[in-house]
Amino acid sequence: MNTIVCVKRVPDSATRVRVTPDGAGLDPAGVKYVVNPYDEFALEDAIRRKEEAGEGKVTVVALGPPQTAESIRQALAMGADEGILLACEGSHDALSVARALADEIRGREVDLVLFGKQAIDDDNMQVPQMVAEFLGLPCATVVVGLEIAGRDATARREVEGGHEVVEFSLPAVVSTQKGLNEPRYPSLKGIMAAKRKPLDEREVTLDAPSIEFLRLDEPPAPAAGRIVGKGADAVPELVRALRDEAGVL
Amino acid sequence: MPGALAYAEIREGTVSRASREAVGLARRIAADAGGETHVVALGPPGTEAAAAQLAGFGADRTWVGESEALALSQPDIAAAAIARLVEAGDYDAVIFAATAQGRDIAPRVGARLGRSVASEVVECRREDGAIVVRRPMYAGKAIATLRFTPGPAVMTIRANVFAPVEESAAGQVSSLDLEGLEGRVRTTALEQGDRDRLDVSEATTIVSGGRGMQGPEHWPLLEALVEALGDEAALGASRAVVDAGWRPHGEQVGQTGKTVSPNLYFAVGISGAIQHLAGMRTAKVIVAINRDADAPIFGVADYGLVGDVFEVLPALTDAVREARWGS
Repeated sequence: MNTIVCVKRVPDSATRVRVTPDGAGLDPAGVKYVVNPYDEFALEDAIRRKEEAGEGKVTVVALGPPQTAESIRQALAMGADEGILLACEGSHDALSVARALADEIRGREVDLVLFGKQAIDDDNMQVPQMVAEFLGLPCATVVVGLEIAGRDATARREVEGGHEVVEFSLPAVVSTQKGLNEPRYPSLKGIMAAKRKPLDEREVTLDAPSIEFLRLDEPPAPAAGRIVGKGADAVPELVRALRDEAGVL
Repeated sequence: MPGALAYAEIREGTVSRASREAVGLARRIAADAGGETHVVALGPPGTEAAAAQLAGFGADRTWVGESEALALSQPDIAAAAIARLVEAGDYDAVIFAATAQGRDIAPRVGARLGRSVASEVVECRREDGAIVVRRPMYAGKAIATLRFTPGPAVMTIRANVFAPVEESAAGQVSSLDLEGLEGRVRTTALEQGDRDRLDVSEATTIVSGGRGMQGPEHWPLLEALVEALGDEAALGASRAVVDAGWRPHGEQVGQTGKTVSPNLYFAVGISGAIQHLAGMRTAKVIVAINRDADAPIFGVADYGLVGDVFEVLPALTDAVREARWGS
């Protein structure tokens, strides 16, 4: 089975986000970048399927600035076979990114295209569905269970208060959610091997989006709260405040 | 006059609260331009009766599509039907609630229409005719302002941010043509978990537990508080306790879990890691209960109580029960 896993380089979730004074975007100073955490579930799924089948290829595709090559190397260190970097600067809306990814994937022999369910930087949760539409493929999102028998796939996707069971045929696009598996850490051997794996890099130009980015702001600082007291003795004051001041009880 | 279109989810014969919020925003956008508010409702035969409720929430017209398969969410059919309606109609905006269904379907509609989509919108206004939205990024650590180019503004809206409108409108019901629409994916079952328990993303009150709870065996203390807080309350959890296997990941609040905006959020035994704060800082009222007076959670809390959670929780549960139910 041939799998394409799309990954994104994002600021680590422990990042303290600072916006540049002109509101143009995130101030990159001191920001640690990682492979988007949800993409790790996609990578693990693809690599595990390949290992279990004893055949197939896992190709990593990433779109982003040149430094995204580090994220691809990490995916290769986990066990993916080859990487493709679609290099472009700036941040882009999901539709343009999806178009560029679909253009890259179209025409390739692929059984499964995997994504993390969302990137933790722009939190769009859109690209997998859009890529599937552009390619005319089935798409299951927010998947926590995936069984494949021949060309038939059954996915369990997380919904409010439960799960949906979704059936479709391969090739297909699937976006993965925490709970699907436990992603591995790259081994030292994997890290060494990744240095010799092919990584194809080319520049892409994205379409103009139908939504314009105007600015980024930090959220207003939370209004100063107060400590109502210590221990169980402070419970009556807390409940009074919630009921009479805040009006939420 | 261009109108606005909202997608309504109907569950067990009732239009969901989140969908009423989507219809409400559609109504405000349509009213700005002097246009009509339209709603799409899909479901099994008999959905039309439930769709009639939408007139009371501001729907001028409801497009109802019925088929046996639509007893469950069929995202491809929904996307194709909505895209077809938008192409044939005149809509400034297409609005979904940011629910499992809305998040699944909206991008498919956007791709079909060749339109960008704004996710989890928390503000929406018009500027010189253009629709301008604000939406959180980095799980709420920053807020982006975006402007749609002319054409339908496709968006999902965050739950519990926009108020539904309770205005009677014409509420005409039209049949939505589903002819020739087939799904590439087929939803074949919905496995409901414990339906007595609301999902954290839908709750108006959340009680989240962290490492300070010291082990999964102490969760009944939190469950008792949730119960005292009523039907709209749900349990949440920090990443640390989910990673430790104490709680299911569906309860996780934070940057790699769910981002929530309830009216009332209790953080119990949660220190307040940045990624957790990102997921709950837009809650309207935050209560922190923690032994450590220096815990970062107190920096975002409206009300803090320093103390041992095992001593405070039973007292709090009793006091909440008394305040709410008088017993």
